[in-house]
Amino acid sequence: MKKLLLSAAVAFSMATTAIAGGGEGHIEDFDFSFEGPFGKFDQYQLQRGLQVYTEVCSACHGLRHVAFRTLGDEGGPHLTADQVKAYAAEIDVYDKELDEDRSAKPSDKFPASGLETAPDLSLMAKARAGFHGPNGLGINQIVKGMGGAEYIASILTGYTGEEKEEAGTTLYENKAFPGGWIAMAPPLEDEAVEFADGHKNDVHHMSEDVSAFLMWTAEPKMMARQRLGLLSVGMLLLFGVLLYLTNKKLWRDIKRKG
Amino acid sequence: MAGIPHDHYEPKTGVEKWLHERLPVVSLVYDTLMIPTPKNLNWMWIWGIVLTFCLALQIITGIILVMHYTPHVDLAFDSVEHIMRDVNGGWAFRYLHANGASLFFIAVYAHIFRGLYYGSYKSPREITWIVGMLIYLMMMATGFLGYVLPWGQMSFWGATVITGLFGAIPGVGGILQEWLLGGPAVDNATLNRFFSLHYLLPFVIVGLVAVHIWAFHTTGNNNPTGVEVRRKSKAEAAKDTVPFWPYYVIKDLFALVVILVIFMAVVGFMPNYLGHPDNYIPANALVTPAHIVPEWYYLPFYAILRAITFDVLFLDAKFLGVLAMFGAIAVMALAPWTDTSPVRSGRYRPMFKIAFWILGFDFMLLMWCGAQPAEGLIPLISLLGAIYWFAYFLVILPVLGWTEKTLPVPETIEADFDAHYPPKSGSAK
Amino acid sequence: MSEDNGNRRDFLYVATAGTGAVIGGAAVWPMINQMNPSADVQALASIEVDVSDVEPGTQITVKWRGKPVFVRRRTAEEIADARAVALADLPDMDARNVNATPAAGETETFADDANRTLDENGEWLVMMGVCTHLGCVPLGDAGDFGGWFCPCHGSHYDTAGRIRKGPAPENLPVPQASFIDANTIKLG
Repeated sequence: MKKLLLSAAVAFSMATTAIAGGGEGHIEDFDFSFEGPFGKFDQYQLQRGLQVYTEVCSACHGLRHVAFRTLGDEGGPHLTADQVKAYAAEIDVYDKELDEDRSAKPSDKFPASGLETAPDLSLMAKARAGFHGPNGLGINQIVKGMGGAEYIASILTGYTGEEKEEAGTTLYENKAFPGGWIAMAPPLEDEAVEFADGHKNDVHHMSEDVSAFLMWTAEPKMMARQRLGLLSVGMLLLFGVLLYLTNKKLWRDIKRKG
Repeated sequence: MAGIPHDHYEPKTGVEKWLHERLPVVSLVYDTLMIPTPKNLNWMWIWGIVLTFCLALQIITGIILVMHYTPHVDLAFDSVEHIMRDVNGGWAFRYLHANGASLFFIAVYAHIFRGLYYGSYKSPREITWIVGMLIYLMMMATGFLGYVLPWGQMSFWGATVITGLFGAIPGVGGILQEWLLGGPAVDNATLNRFFSLHYLLPFVIVGLVAVHIWAFHTTGNNNPTGVEVRRKSKAEAAKDTVPFWPYYVIKDLFALVVILVIFMAVVGFMPNYLGHPDNYIPANALVTPAHIVPEWYYLPFYAILRAITFDVLFLDAKFLGVLAMFGAIAVMALAPWTDTSPVRSGRYRPMFKIAFWILGFDFMLLMWCGAQPAEGLIPLISLLGAIYWFAYFLVILPVLGWTEKTLPVPETIEADFDAHYPPKSGSAK
Repeated sequence: MSEDNGNRRDFLYVATAGTGAVIGGAAVWPMINQMNPSADVQALASIEVDVSDVEPGTQITVKWRGKPVFVRRRTAEEIADARAVALADLPDMDARNVNATPAAGETETFADDANRTLDENGEWLVMMGVCTHLGCVPLGDAGDFGGWFCPCHGSHYDTAGRIRKGPAPENLPVPQASFIDANTIKLG
């Protein structure tokens, strides 16, 4: 029986192996505040990430699943209602009923990507996994997490400065990108964004902040989810202990142990 | 109903008698709950309850998700994100449903291998076994159909690849595939019918589960010794059994709660671990993911599918692969007749034990192969694994039955139980 | 079954069953709550309407909670017409305005024109554009009383949106509304 349980455990860990194999980029293991069962989003980091997204990424990439109102959610950037309104008002969105663009309201969603080749970033942190191995067993994901945010941060910090022309497109060498050459020009440079709180704004820190923000856009309910995990595991453990004792008592007369 | 003799429900009050004469529903519930159950069942006999729970969980969370989901190619992906972001607790229901499918399959594999080890498929439990195999097939179909609904990249390409299997059938394949898809390729018609069937099949499973339970309540449970309960009289049967309620209900519930602790930890802390990142990219008919992998629970059979890389006579490799994959499940269903051993439980069969554990390892190996890109040694390993799989059911089981020298089997279940839990001196049953 | 631990046994069984019931109960609430309006729907429970472009004698129609809302800026003449009507001439004497409160000593709010409008001067009239008869959308600047006319069954509303003639039983209801600044009305 033990062997069967063990087998089940192995089956579990063998499950995710999607992009295992060669040609993978090197993903650095960043130390994010939201990792682990007790991890939390740092609201100020998310705000800085939002700023990096707004000033840099949003030129090409959209966030079409994210509603402006959620910027005010607890467990997210947690902007005030007025800040959310002011932020949204800066952005034009298409109104189906008016059939024209107008300035956004908190109930609207971020616009989609402006550039056709730029993927939407709403779910990017869940659409990529930074860690897979070893040997397609997926054990790294248990130890280090899925690594979606790490993947994004590693891409942003992974440029080597080399570039080449291929079929009319400029490709940039990137240590983290599968295959090593990426079509996106290095989006960040030191001090590209000025943070109001005076936080460090070198490429490494900005990458970290925007990756954390994109983890939040991909999984905005993460903190509620972890609360559910803790609460249900706690309650079930208590119930399990009580059931264990009940079961033992119930069977004692049947087992007639000496 | 045949089966182990035990006390039946007796209506006492007037109301009870009135109801009993018209609809013996209380009697049905009573007899089901109080069914005499071998008292030596070990911890591998908990999976039935876990599976029942999974079925209920999937149906309840599924019905909830349907209230917010839209089965249309333009809206399906977005409606799932709507569930994840806006619906009250929607993210929890979706993660429970997605991971519930994995728990369901972990439990069903444990349940099947339990049956294989202890010879639960053998006479007189062949129908229980066959119905169980049908349930398993339905689960595979339901899981596949459901995975298509979020309309991510893996949904789309999984549907394309799996329906392509039917296209491999010589002659009618093309027509059959088009009929399944409702068009030349996976599209809105496919999504709509998959949604319809994904909603229907779980209720078919409920019906089959009722038959499954009915069948083994008629024959009585198997147990780790494989020795049948004595059933000449109630008193004799009572020495080998305990009523299901409360003894096994509480035991199974305890086991279920332990499993749920792990399950809820996965849902709470790593709900995407068993999923594929590619499925968070909306379906795109023009771009195939670098590496298409089915969900983990299909991997062993997917590996068998890919193991056949050569044509045999007029049959091409693709069709042979499909035959091998479905055949791998079909040979399991034949086990009641290919296993010739007079001894039921693997506990008393030393040679069988070895063959069984190799089968277990083989299953894991095939699962691993299924997840790897089909290159290098992987197809060869898959082929060897597939050969062992077939050999186990078609050669090893019959041959071992004739040649194996088995260990002595206990006389009764009571004797086995008392050997584990010696009676207090002087206490009489 | 020995007697000596009977109490502890009972306590254990009750505690186990109780914990199970609590967990079961905790699992049921989310299943009910998921059917309540979702966050995107709730976000539209309250909307802001920009009325800076609305000239006297015109109206705009906005969609709020799935239904049309008329926002009309009335002319002096319309206001005078509405204020000239005697309360006794109205089929429905209730103001049907959730923003108005009964005058001192009264228990209900009467349908005087002042109780129908958003501002003191009576310039702004905000009301649901849903006929109180069978739910059609009335037409503006129409009908025998210079207000609204429902084409479905011929109900006539006056310039304060009060029912005057036809099958509709009640005045057009005034939803929760307020000015948050000179140019913006907040609904809800």
